[in-house]
Amino acid sequence: MKPIFNYIDRPSPIHALTGATKLCCLLLWSFAAMLTFDTRFVIALAVLSFVLLRLSMIRLSDVSFLLKLTIFFMLFNNLVLFLFSPQYGVEIYGTKHVLFGSGRFTLTQEQLFYHLNQMLKCFAMVPVVLLFVCTTQPSEFAASLNRIGVKYTVAYSVALALRYIPDIQREYHEISQAQQARGIEMSKKESLVRRLKSASAILIPLILSSMDRIEIISNAMELRGFGKNKKRSWYMARPFRAADWLSMVFCALLLAAAIILNIHNGTRFWNPFL
Amino acid sequence: MSDPIIQFDHFSFQYHAQSAPTLHDISLSIRKGEKVLICGPSGCGKSTLGHCINGLIPHSYRGESTGRVTVRGRSTAELNIFEISRTVGTVLQDTDGQFVGLTVAEDIAFALENDCVADPALHERVEKAAALVGVETHLSHAPGDLSGGQKQRVSLAGILVDDVEVLLFDEPLANLDPATGKAAIELIDEIQRETGAAVIIIEHRLEDVLHRHVDRVILMGEGRILADVTPDELLAGTLLQRSGIREPLYITALKYAGVRLTADQHPASLDTIRLSEDDKAAVRDWFRRTGAAPEPPDTPTLLQARDIRFAYSNGREALHGLSLTLREGEMSAVVGTNGAGKSTFCKLLCGFETQQAGTLSFAGEDMAALSIKERADRIGYVMQNPNQMISQTMIFDEVALGLRMRRIPEEQVRERVEATLKICGLWPFRNWPVSALSFGQKKRVTIAAILVLEPKLILLDEPTAGQDYRHYTEIMEFLLELNRRGVTVLMVTHDMHLMLEYARRAIVFSDGAVIADAKSAEVLTDGDVISRASLKETSLYALARLCGIEDGRGFVARFIDYEREAAHR
Repeated sequence: MKPIFNYIDRPSPIHALTGATKLCCLLLWSFAAMLTFDTRFVIALAVLSFVLLRLSMIRLSDVSFLLKLTIFFMLFNNLVLFLFSPQYGVEIYGTKHVLFGSGRFTLTQEQLFYHLNQMLKCFAMVPVVLLFVCTTQPSEFAASLNRIGVKYTVAYSVALALRYIPDIQREYHEISQAQQARGIEMSKKESLVRRLKSASAILIPLILSSMDRIEIISNAMELRGFGKNKKRSWYMARPFRAADWLSMVFCALLLAAAIILNIHNGTRFWNPFL
Repeated sequence: MSDPIIQFDHFSFQYHAQSAPTLHDISLSIRKGEKVLICGPSGCGKSTLGHCINGLIPHSYRGESTGRVTVRGRSTAELNIFEISRTVGTVLQDTDGQFVGLTVAEDIAFALENDCVADPALHERVEKAAALVGVETHLSHAPGDLSGGQKQRVSLAGILVDDVEVLLFDEPLANLDPATGKAAIELIDEIQRETGAAVIIIEHRLEDVLHRHVDRVILMGEGRILADVTPDELLAGTLLQRSGIREPLYITALKYAGVRLTADQHPASLDTIRLSEDDKAAVRDWFRRTGAAPEPPDTPTLLQARDIRFAYSNGREALHGLSLTLREGEMSAVVGTNGAGKSTFCKLLCGFETQQAGTLSFAGEDMAALSIKERADRIGYVMQNPNQMISQTMIFDEVALGLRMRRIPEEQVRERVEATLKICGLWPFRNWPVSALSFGQKKRVTIAAILVLEPKLILLDEPTAGQDYRHYTEIMEFLLELNRRGVTVLMVTHDMHLMLEYARRAIVFSDGAVIADAKSAEVLTDGDVISRASLKETSLYALARLCGIEDGRGFVARFIDYEREAAHR
């Protein structure tokens, strides 16, 4: 069983950046991608994000589960957008090129173009998020959250939760196997009620053992001075290097470019129909 | 004599959630550089005593207390938990659970980070502490890559980065195999000599802790201190037998032989014990007198594994060419280090994983085509931790779950569950909620829940892990009783007592193959197997040597037979 959400250790230039840099870049990049619907810019971002993913030596197979999940949600999201406002593209771009159909659900080129932009934005952001998750150690992530001003107790809890995900996955797997041996059926052959009952036979022991775990870990942390001071130092904290500054400046420039494009276009949308 | 670092003065404590006090009128002092063992059966209050020393009581667990506990002369109620932790460093029982950092280095650094120690001092002190316990080459490893012994070393290093004056170990042997446990006791001894800290060990495995010198043993029972004496005095006395703590096996053997021990003979360890020629003669005499038990007759083969090979999806080959045979009505043990392939073998038996080569057959039938559920009707698997199996609120429902899932009519379910509850001694509790039971009783419920499906073979993972002598005996006698009723029992274990006393055979796994398959007395006296499987030579064997008995193996076997008879007389 593969962990779905995890740090993958590979010797890449992206891994070498500090966690704080990566968090900062992730935020700048995401704002840039969210701000504008300028297709040319978004395509550039999407291409660049896959280049970065390549550079980080994270393979698509490492993140295939998450990738599939995002694609599913992206398609679902677009479907909902279309169902609720099928003529939104016409509204934005001000023209109407009918492809086929009539009435409320008339399919227009404008609407398709709008959906294309939505998807491109998704592809411009998701690889970068994956990149952050897969190249940042949870403890470095905590250190970087703390660096940008989040309280360290909160930052550490987040990191700890991330670190326990694989453990809990493994435990879930073990419990579910033992319960299956007792006759718990989780397959679709069973009725929904029985499946819910079966799920509780796995979840209840899992929750109870997680509670035990929390008690132990919080005692262990308290006995070693966690929460004693307002600040703490981080073993994994690394000083910023040239590459860190360069990356942040680059991402800041991207954001600036997005803002300038919006002002220059006079709107968030780039309109090829005019 | 120096001033006490820790002092209890007529201290009593009652948890808010409990109806009776857990500690009664404890008076006790521990001085600088002392090494003290706090010993007692489960529920005697020894862990609570530990919580009082490290400040979890009164700062994390609330309750009513009278009297005083002081650390370096100041009451723990007035200090905060951080101030106490500067003096008292605690290594908790569960080495997995207390691993806070993502890597070894970060875990060791944790206390320093919280103290805002900055580089370069931070890295230097971490490296120094790691070197002290011998994990300096593992600094970048994740906890999952470490063995149980290494995890414990890391926990210890995490305490040693601060110069604490008291090292408190809460059941340090609980999750370790025999050889690693022995190494842990040696490590604690070395660290104490190097740092001069006082050491407090909370543990019920007396013989294992006494492997190295201990200044005092504090024996607890029902929340009170029963004895505060030297180990020699304790072992020469009679208090121990009544306390629910197992005395060292060599002491039991000497008693069987009629030897009367006194404290000046230094019985605390076989290295220090002084036996007179008369004593030795008495042991030899006892050996000659007692006869060997008859061999049980051979029964048909129940389970056969032939040339099993299995590799996980990450490419690690866990089993290479494993073969073994289990006969009907047997009660045997599978032993070996972590990673030797014991749990993988269990998973294959239950059908959770499928072997890439080799065959598994059960009662002559190839199991390849059987589903998980079908296998479960033949082989019942009981997990180590009952809390991982119990999902129902009421005992009756928990035991009935497997039958109900198999859509057996409720009438029959009732009948079968009631019969099983009776066999398992749970009949009086049938209408109780599971949460009201002790750990040992919960274990019994999980066994009942498997037994009700009427498997021919029960497979148990560490059936007695973390149990004191009384609960251990209770669980094992229960399994023996099931075995007498015709259920074949296979136990996966680290526990050498369990192997010696309850397993007819010990099947030793090492590196994915069986390296020995013999009587436990033979395995535990075979130096080569012992070191490869991370076991420990039994003290009975050493006693036999000491008394000039050449057939040490025979002596061990004779002792087990004798004890089994004595237990059931």
